[in-house]
Amino acid sequence: MEKKWEEMSAEEKREARFKTWLSAEGVQFQSPEAEASYKAAIMRLKDAVLMEKAPDRVPVFPLGTFMQGHLYGVTSYESMYDYGKLLSAHRRFLQDFKPDYYGSPAFIGSGKILEILGYKQYKWPGHGVSENSVYQYVEGEYMLAEDYQALIDDPSDFWLRTYFPRVFGALEPLTNLTPFPNLWEVVGVSGWMIPFGIPPVQGALKALMEAGNEAMAWIQQIMGFEMEVRGMGFPTAIGGAAKAPFDILADTLRGTRAVMSDMYRRPDMVLKAVDRLTPLYVKQGVGMATFFGNPVVFIPLHKGADGFMSDQQFRTFYWPTLKALILGLGKEGCVPFLFCEGSYNTRLEYLTELPKGSCFWVFDRTDMAKAKTLLGNTICIGGNVPAGMILTGTAEQVKAYCKSLIDVAGKGGGYIMAFGTAMDEGKADTVHAMIDFTKEYGVYK
Amino acid sequence: MAKDLISTLADLKETEALEIVQERLSAGDEPVHILDDARRALEIVGKRFADCEYFIPDLVYSGEILKAITNIVKPKLTKAAEAKRLGKVVVGTVAGDIHDIGKDIVVFMLDVNGFEVFDLGIDVPVQKFVDTIKETGSTVVGLSGFLTLAFRSMKETIEAIEKAGLRNKVRIMIGGGQIDEQVKSFTGADAYGKDAMEAVKLAKGWIGG
Repeated sequence: MEKKWEEMSAEEKREARFKTWLSAEGVQFQSPEAEASYKAAIMRLKDAVLMEKAPDRVPVFPLGTFMQGHLYGVTSYESMYDYGKLLSAHRRFLQDFKPDYYGSPAFIGSGKILEILGYKQYKWPGHGVSENSVYQYVEGEYMLAEDYQALIDDPSDFWLRTYFPRVFGALEPLTNLTPFPNLWEVVGVSGWMIPFGIPPVQGALKALMEAGNEAMAWIQQIMGFEMEVRGMGFPTAIGGAAKAPFDILADTLRGTRAVMSDMYRRPDMVLKAVDRLTPLYVKQGVGMATFFGNPVVFIPLHKGADGFMSDQQFRTFYWPTLKALILGLGKEGCVPFLFCEGSYNTRLEYLTELPKGSCFWVFDRTDMAKAKTLLGNTICIGGNVPAGMILTGTAEQVKAYCKSLIDVAGKGGGYIMAFGTAMDEGKADTVHAMIDFTKEYGVYK
Repeated sequence: MAKDLISTLADLKETEALEIVQERLSAGDEPVHILDDARRALEIVGKRFADCEYFIPDLVYSGEILKAITNIVKPKLTKAAEAKRLGKVVVGTVAGDIHDIGKDIVVFMLDVNGFEVFDLGIDVPVQKFVDTIKETGSTVVGLSGFLTLAFRSMKETIEAIEKAGLRNKVRIMIGGGQIDEQVKSFTGADAYGKDAMEAVKLAKGWIGG
């Protein structure tokens, strides 16, 4: 009899999640070759990450944001507003370039939904930046210094009644709502409903319904595409997503400048907040990985990079909760995928604290030889193909760079070929060179 | 006897630094002297940053403390502080890119190292760089960009500077997220700096000081 989920060890859970991923439920493969290719790509990633043996060859995962559209003449604006055009570019990219994994077009999101909600935390093509530009974060204090206690007391309430009204113009009236726990039993019900009778609150609810309708139209197209390309033999390398608790505070809530001063002015509140947030993001990662039947949880890292804080600050404010997030996800059988832009040379020692095969790290400008020396026996590393070289260099340069990456970082396995960043743009000859060369040269014998 | 504002601010002790400022004002000290000391403190902060003793949060926080000091002192200010400047530098994040954290650090470091900096902000149109070089007679230009689309904006900005007949009057440095030697060649810039310290080194090399 099969073990119950609660009785399984972390390794057994991980094995079960990989099995689900390999089973490709609901996918109609176009050919036996497509099915074999799909499964081989998953096994390739699994072997690279678990570090028990070398995979058949170096996996190659060219992660893009707007790159696929850009390669086929689809503007960033069109990528966010014309789902059909976006998906057609993604389909052509997979047909022409044949990477091991597809990067989901869901990364782009819908400009229409942002418009309906009056989103303020980012500018996006046609809204604050040109139609050829990409979405970009607007630095700001979306949570004020005096909000710390409210966040710590009840993060969901803070999100609903404070954060949403600040970042979505259409949801400003939600400040009028009453906290959910205030409704207790019969005497509370009628009074608690009053805010929902206020016309501006009703307007906010209508905006949410409209955004929901658009989200359904969007996801139907996206999921149709995803099932189709899986049938073509491409798995996605990402199941769920989460963020480092400090980055939630620094990016999502307080903004870069404010959080940096907070480390001096109110260090205790920062620590309490990141502790409070940690289990929420373990839950998000696990929930999404389960829902999408794929163990990999994408975690983009920002404010802990070299230079962004001192070693002592990293050790105090950033690492403990990031480590707890990684271990928490691992305990549930997930495989965190740390996406590490900038450089992490001064942080690599910390990564040696992580259990063997528990996660993988894609680096941007980190010294890959140093990373391999420190992590070569325990943690899979990847990335480091420079965006500058891809966009302004030659195919020959890229091949030479990839060769040295495979020789050094890929020695004996435990390496994934990838760009150092999620690409907004592409250049056909160099992207081809990275993928084709890896397939040819990256074979383990 | 009031403690030393320069070392207190350089050590990022906000509460103490603000107390010293209040005490000195009550004792009838000239606001200009206070701001001058604050400037010297920030020079030390810049030096510690260059020596990897301080990191970005320290820089940002020192700026926050300075802001608080300026708010106290400014209403009492009768004459502006005049500091001797090494030379003029125009800095901005290029068109299409709205990232400012890296650019602001470069501006801070150039400023505390004695340059007069014309900070054009973010998403700066090509023509604005050209106009500002003309108006100010700056001899160094710093183009910042985090996104890869900034590569093209930098190239276009440099072409426009060339077209305006100013290319031989200025030295151009670029920097930001994905900028490297390769991108420098693509854009036609004179140099790239991997961090704010290199921006200072380049400007000093070109202007002197």
